[in-house]
Amino acid sequence: MKKKTMAWETIKKISDHFRVQPNLSDYDLTCAEFSWENIRKELDGLPDGKGLNIAHEAVDRHANGPLRGHLALRWLGENDTVLDFTYGDLQEQSNRFANVLQNLGVKKGERVSVLTGRLPQLYIAALGTWKTLGVFCPLFAAFGPEPIYQRLQRGDVKVLVTTERLYRKKVIDLKNRLPKLEHILFVDEVENAGEGLWSMTKMMAEASGEFTIPPTDPEDMAALHFTSGTTGMPKGAIHVHNAVLIHYMTGKYIMDFHRDDIFWCTADPGWVTGTSYGIISPLLHGITNIVDEADFNAERWYKILDKQKVSVWYTAPTAIRRLMRMSTEPRQLHDLTNLRLIHSVGEPLNPEAVIWGRDLLGLPIHDNWWQTETGGIMISNFPSMDIRPGSMGRPLPGIEAAIVSRVAEDKVQVVQERNVEGELALRPGWPSMFRGYLHDEERYRSCFTDGWYLTGDLARRDNDGYFWFVGRADDIIKTSGHMVGPFEVESGLMEHHAVAEAGVIGKPHPMIGQVVMAFVSLKPGFEPSDELRRELIGFAREKLGSAVAPKEIKFQGNLPKNKAGKIMRRLLKARELGLPEGDISTLEEER
Amino acid sequence: MREEEIRDIIFDILLEIAPEADLKTLPHHGDLRKTLDIDSFDFLNLMIGLNERLGVDIPESDYEKLNTLSNMLTYLSARLG
Repeated sequence: MKKKTMAWETIKKISDHFRVQPNLSDYDLTCAEFSWENIRKELDGLPDGKGLNIAHEAVDRHANGPLRGHLALRWLGENDTVLDFTYGDLQEQSNRFANVLQNLGVKKGERVSVLTGRLPQLYIAALGTWKTLGVFCPLFAAFGPEPIYQRLQRGDVKVLVTTERLYRKKVIDLKNRLPKLEHILFVDEVENAGEGLWSMTKMMAEASGEFTIPPTDPEDMAALHFTSGTTGMPKGAIHVHNAVLIHYMTGKYIMDFHRDDIFWCTADPGWVTGTSYGIISPLLHGITNIVDEADFNAERWYKILDKQKVSVWYTAPTAIRRLMRMSTEPRQLHDLTNLRLIHSVGEPLNPEAVIWGRDLLGLPIHDNWWQTETGGIMISNFPSMDIRPGSMGRPLPGIEAAIVSRVAEDKVQVVQERNVEGELALRPGWPSMFRGYLHDEERYRSCFTDGWYLTGDLARRDNDGYFWFVGRADDIIKTSGHMVGPFEVESGLMEHHAVAEAGVIGKPHPMIGQVVMAFVSLKPGFEPSDELRRELIGFAREKLGSAVAPKEIKFQGNLPKNKAGKIMRRLLKARELGLPEGDISTLEEER
Repeated sequence: MREEEIRDIIFDILLEIAPEADLKTLPHHGDLRKTLDIDSFDFLNLMIGLNERLGVDIPESDYEKLNTLSNMLTYLSARLG
């Protein structure tokens, strides 16, 4: 299907209008001259050629040099406390945490999870884990017990950093189903309680502030990020220390970091953006990273941009659309003159939002595209490049992207014609490409066909090489910028004694992209009622947490199934939205 | 409108969003989003619901003034006279 792409006027970038000369000023030239070897040369590597470690590049190399006293991380607490950490502080704290892990017997490749809000300890734990060659496996605090269990269990997690409240509410009842989880480190307890329950504060205070990072192979596992599947439970995407090349390179060319920048990535480290860009990328560049503990709050956010003098801001469409609801003129109320660059990720940014940024904030918003599996930004609007509102931009230097169509089980064809829809594919081999799904080699293999990594996203490319998002090729739901797997939600609902079957879809929503919506058929003896609907929503929220639970539930006598007995989510969605039902040849008779 | 009536309406809406919540024990001064595990979309729906039920226009820029039950009652009472 061929489509016209140009509807909104292009936002021109005029080279002598930049406040700071962009690191990438000529896209074509940079692409032509690009090599990963040259990027690697801009990093230090461990002393004496002992390899490449994320924490060394992010913290130690600055702490051991002139940036030792530079502000690395400023934490803004919900109650307006501010905690500052220089590169020297981060080095010492992460050394202490690394020693704590070693004292607990954590060995190379073993997983350390963090389940907290955005607290300073989360950032220290991540860095300290990388120092010991442990694997950082972040969890989102708004997950309920079941998603937490799935991730801790599938990830063979050995150590969990959390708070007393979250442990009591979400983890304690899982404990006997998680034999591999040996240690719980509480960020808010002052005494060790025995039986693997430790006070992180006390342990840190007693540990040494000196630590030497062991030799690190760039291919050593560094992070395990869980991402949702369409047919099964979440899968753990494996990332290695070499991913740091992408985090550095995108920090340079896309975030356009310069020495005095103050950067704010609003994503939670429970999701890959909050780790790659909320922790690693800004620290690699030796700049100041802002962390806000609080969740979205329009007034607060403008105050942070103003008072903290944020210069580069990385946020998400859902938040931007919330800011767009306000009738006030942000620049009349807040000083946003330090802000020079805005990026967005999580789901496609609608053209209106790009233009709103230009008109209301004085800066157009740059959309970019990537996913958990890619480890870092792959396709982006660059500061020096004209923006076509609604487009995700062009591939990074060193990244080959294409639109392909699947022509056979093991064969794809590159779509050469422009403005034609197909599946977005990447040529494997970039440094932050996932190296596997933990314990699921088959699922990993199935992501690659005919020499391409198939992203599962549908897109098209225009005549000038800009990519445009079209939709997902599968049933995965994108809500508030987060991926939710329908299977995980359906399994949660099925555990309720009244539920016979459940089919879960993403219902389009102007504010948050998609809303998780469930269709439920009841077991004999149960009748649909508002009371039961509420009970199911509450049941799912307690089990799955607000980030995953359905916001809407509809009762339906029988759910449409194919001949193999699988619920046809696509058909549920088409019917809900009043869209054509498409190919229903596999539909089993509905009774 | 009396404060109890406003509170009942808040609870009515909350019961749609977080039906599992035990609202009888909801602390007056605790952060509502945290206590009830409601995300920012849920909170937005609460604000929209209050606007629909009470006719009070709550601009997005005021949302932080309604972060606890107590603050919510103060804010709404002042506007409902």
